Amino acid sequence: MTSIDIAWLPVCRDEVLAPEHGVAVLLPGGEQAAVFRTHDGDLHALSNVDPFSGAAVLARGIVGDLAGVPMVASPMHKQHFDLRTGVCLEDPEVSVRVYPVRIEGGMIMVGSP
Amino acid sequence: MPRTLVVVGNGMVGHRLVQAVRERDQAGAWRVVVLAEEHRPAYDRVALTSYVDGWDPAVLSLPDNTFDHDDAVSLHLGDPVTSIDREAREVVTASGRHVDYDALVLATGSRPFVPPVPGRELDGCFVYRTIDDLDAIRERATQAVAARGGRRSAMVLGGGLLGLEAAKALRDMGLSPHVVELAPRLMPLQVDDGGGGLLRGLIEDLDVTVHTGTSTEKIVPDGDRLIARLSNGVELDLDLVVFSAGIRPRDDLARDAGLEVGERGGIVVDSNCRTGDPDVYAIGECARVGDMVYGLVAPGYAMADVVAGALTDSHADEFTGADMSTKLKLLGVDVASFGDAHAATEGAREIVFADALAGTYKKLVVSSGGETLLGGVLVGDATPYASLRPMVGRALPGEPAKLIAPVSDGGGVGVDALPDDAQICSCNAVTKGTIRKSIVEDGCADVAAVKKCTKAGTSCGSCVPVLKQLLNACGVEQSKALCEHFSHSRAELFEIARVTGIASFGELITKHGTGRGCDICKPAVASILASLGNGHILDGEQATLQDTNDKFLANLQRNGTYSVVPRVPGGEITPDKLMVIAEVARDYGLYTKITGGQRIDLFGAPVEDLPAIWKRLVEAGFESGHAYGKALRTVKSCVGSTWCRYGVQDSVGLAIELELRYRGLRSPHKLKSAVSGCARECAEARGKDFGVIATENGWNLYVGGNGGMMPRHADLLVSEVDKDTLIRTIDRFLMFYIRTADRLQRTSTWLESLDGGLDHVRDVVVEDSLGICDELERQMAQHIQDYTDEWAAVLDDPVKLAKFTSFVNAPGTPDPTISFRPERGQKVPVMLGTPGVRT
Repeated sequence: MTSIDIAWLPVCRDEVLAPEHGVAVLLPGGEQAAVFRTHDGDLHALSNVDPFSGAAVLARGIVGDLAGVPMVASPMHKQHFDLRTGVCLEDPEVSVRVYPVRIEGGMIMVGSP
Repeated sequence: MPRTLVVVGNGMVGHRLVQAVRERDQAGAWRVVVLAEEHRPAYDRVALTSYVDGWDPAVLSLPDNTFDHDDAVSLHLGDPVTSIDREAREVVTASGRHVDYDALVLATGSRPFVPPVPGRELDGCFVYRTIDDLDAIRERATQAVAARGGRRSAMVLGGGLLGLEAAKALRDMGLSPHVVELAPRLMPLQVDDGGGGLLRGLIEDLDVTVHTGTSTEKIVPDGDRLIARLSNGVELDLDLVVFSAGIRPRDDLARDAGLEVGERGGIVVDSNCRTGDPDVYAIGECARVGDMVYGLVAPGYAMADVVAGALTDSHADEFTGADMSTKLKLLGVDVASFGDAHAATEGAREIVFADALAGTYKKLVVSSGGETLLGGVLVGDATPYASLRPMVGRALPGEPAKLIAPVSDGGGVGVDALPDDAQICSCNAVTKGTIRKSIVEDGCADVAAVKKCTKAGTSCGSCVPVLKQLLNACGVEQSKALCEHFSHSRAELFEIARVTGIASFGELITKHGTGRGCDICKPAVASILASLGNGHILDGEQATLQDTNDKFLANLQRNGTYSVVPRVPGGEITPDKLMVIAEVARDYGLYTKITGGQRIDLFGAPVEDLPAIWKRLVEAGFESGHAYGKALRTVKSCVGSTWCRYGVQDSVGLAIELELRYRGLRSPHKLKSAVSGCARECAEARGKDFGVIATENGWNLYVGGNGGMMPRHADLLVSEVDKDTLIRTIDRFLMFYIRTADRLQRTSTWLESLDGGLDHVRDVVVEDSLGICDELERQMAQHIQDYTDEWAAVLDDPVKLAKFTSFVNAPGTPDPTISFRPERGQKVPVMLGTPGVRT
């Protein structure tokens, strides 16, 4: 995938997403992303769907770190996902999709192919 | 065809035998017939005195004592054996039942010894052995109070262990007891003059009058009262007399059947507990083994195990004598005696520390050179008992005085000093070696696992501190760290937050932890901050700490929707309010179900509907039920004296008062409660974290109950108290739990994990042994004063309300993955397929 193929979707104003919060985003194709801000201000976007339960809830998980890895804990059954890669820390065979995310003109933007 | 084992007697030892035989008899070789004199199945006679706490025989019941589900055991209560025909190998009972046996075990126990005092047959004279005895004493005491009012008086004949137990029971019944002991000191068998003197002082402080070196010359009636004349000239005017001057083995059946009995009583048996007749055994207090009769339960259990082994060919153990050490709490005073407590060994020397101010007396008996511990006596503080008793007969690790010296450098014996064959748990005969093996080889990593694996610490519990030391000594780190971010336990973090006033997770983890936190420490700290009163749980940073249930003040369900539970205090609700719930459910298409906590749960609400649903509910006078929180859930109630023909108190009124008092209280785990209006217990209060049961005179408070995966009946904390005392005690209990429990530790496991268990909790919250009760009460008063409805506060705050959307870029759009199907006239979630997992 190259940056040319990415469509950027404005999500919300930058200040709406406070540190260690997450918000869910409805993408044009009906997919859902979860955008998180870590304590240092970094933004991450993963699929909002928890692969273990199938429920679209990851944005509502607790954001923190485990052994230095920034993570979100699924609110359903508490599996942890690496915010940078989407890989499940308990079961590296499982991962969720990662979306590109950036700030543009004070807006958080999520990219989707 | 199974053979028949007849067991005569269903006391603690008889019951243990049946259990042990059933456990070991894999082949089904035995059919067991139990013939018992008492009308109750086996109960904990050692704890008989605690019957007075709630007059509930069920509390004393031994586990599995009815054998309802075991066809191999038939239990006949209230039908004592009257004779044994060894020729015909049969026994005959009082009701005329004839039962053939292949093996016969006599476990007839003891009878109370009543000295030949003139007047001992009078009405108002009792013995102290069975639940029925206590019921009879209670009836007499109640009559006396009804007839004359005030504090009535009683005499206990015998100042030994049993006599002091009886004195405690009488005092708990509201009587003033006199204890009369022939010997020059109390507990003459267990303690020496020094310990006895100190014990006397401690016991007299408790409104018990002690007469030592005195016998009772006669008892004469005076109307419906009794006058006792003592040999020291004192005359006592009494309502009742209890004889507890020792016990004698019940050996008559054996004697009549021609079996050998000892000169001073007791059925003579060999080290296999077998009588002269190879098919007849005797165990427990009725048996004389090695020319000793044992009046303690632990040796009785050991004998039961020996016989069970012989009958099932599983063990060829012999009974080789038993440790007569005792540790008990009499009238709240610790007393322990072990080994050669009276320095009877030749050349034995004594080391004594007595502190009349602190109320402690400690004596060690050592060999002439001081290198071997022979025994000891502890009064007032028996803490060193657990580590000293296993040392008896062994070389001492250092200077003996240090073992009992006032604690400045720890004191006591380190477990390292004990050899592997030292018995750590004397109740269940578990050695240090066995415990070490369970830790090192079987991987037991905490006290609970060691208990389960070895049975150590499962009876009296006095060795639990040593189990902990052994775990540490074996290198099993009892990690109390909450998670990788905090090396502290929850209780320690609570203290840090309480003492320093730190009110944010960020500050706490910066100063006392590492990293950024996780789904373990964040909700735990959120709960601590909420317990300490730090405003709304969704204010600022606190919102990032909450689990999703708390974050949306609703319960997450499997498809990502939430359920809503409005508070219905005590389960009482008006038809109008019921209609509001019905209308809300209908208008928002919610699945409804009645909960076990007497409330109504409304399922299937998407996040964005929650505010509108709650707006309707709050306007109708509802408030959050905290079904989503680790907080007080509900206080169930039965209908109580207002309507019920049997109710003795207004259980609904009290349940509502308690629920409104403790609503919103955040705690280490959820808190459930119930109030029953009479002893029928329709509210199931004993399955709750704190349960209240009405009596005719007040309220009984039970704590530490649980249903669910690990059911546990709650323990009686205080009995027959008035409402103010009840509420004060609950305030203190809950706050003490909130301060000291681990994360997600219910009151039941918390209680089990505390050193000293229920007694410790009672010491702290009733006796105020730590001097913190004022503060606990203040903290609860603050909580009550600060309480506001969390949902009403959200509805008033646009910032918080804005979070209740499925999508930040499309507020109002529902989550398209959520769908429902109908079932039995309501909607239920369509099971979500697991979408393709990308690897």
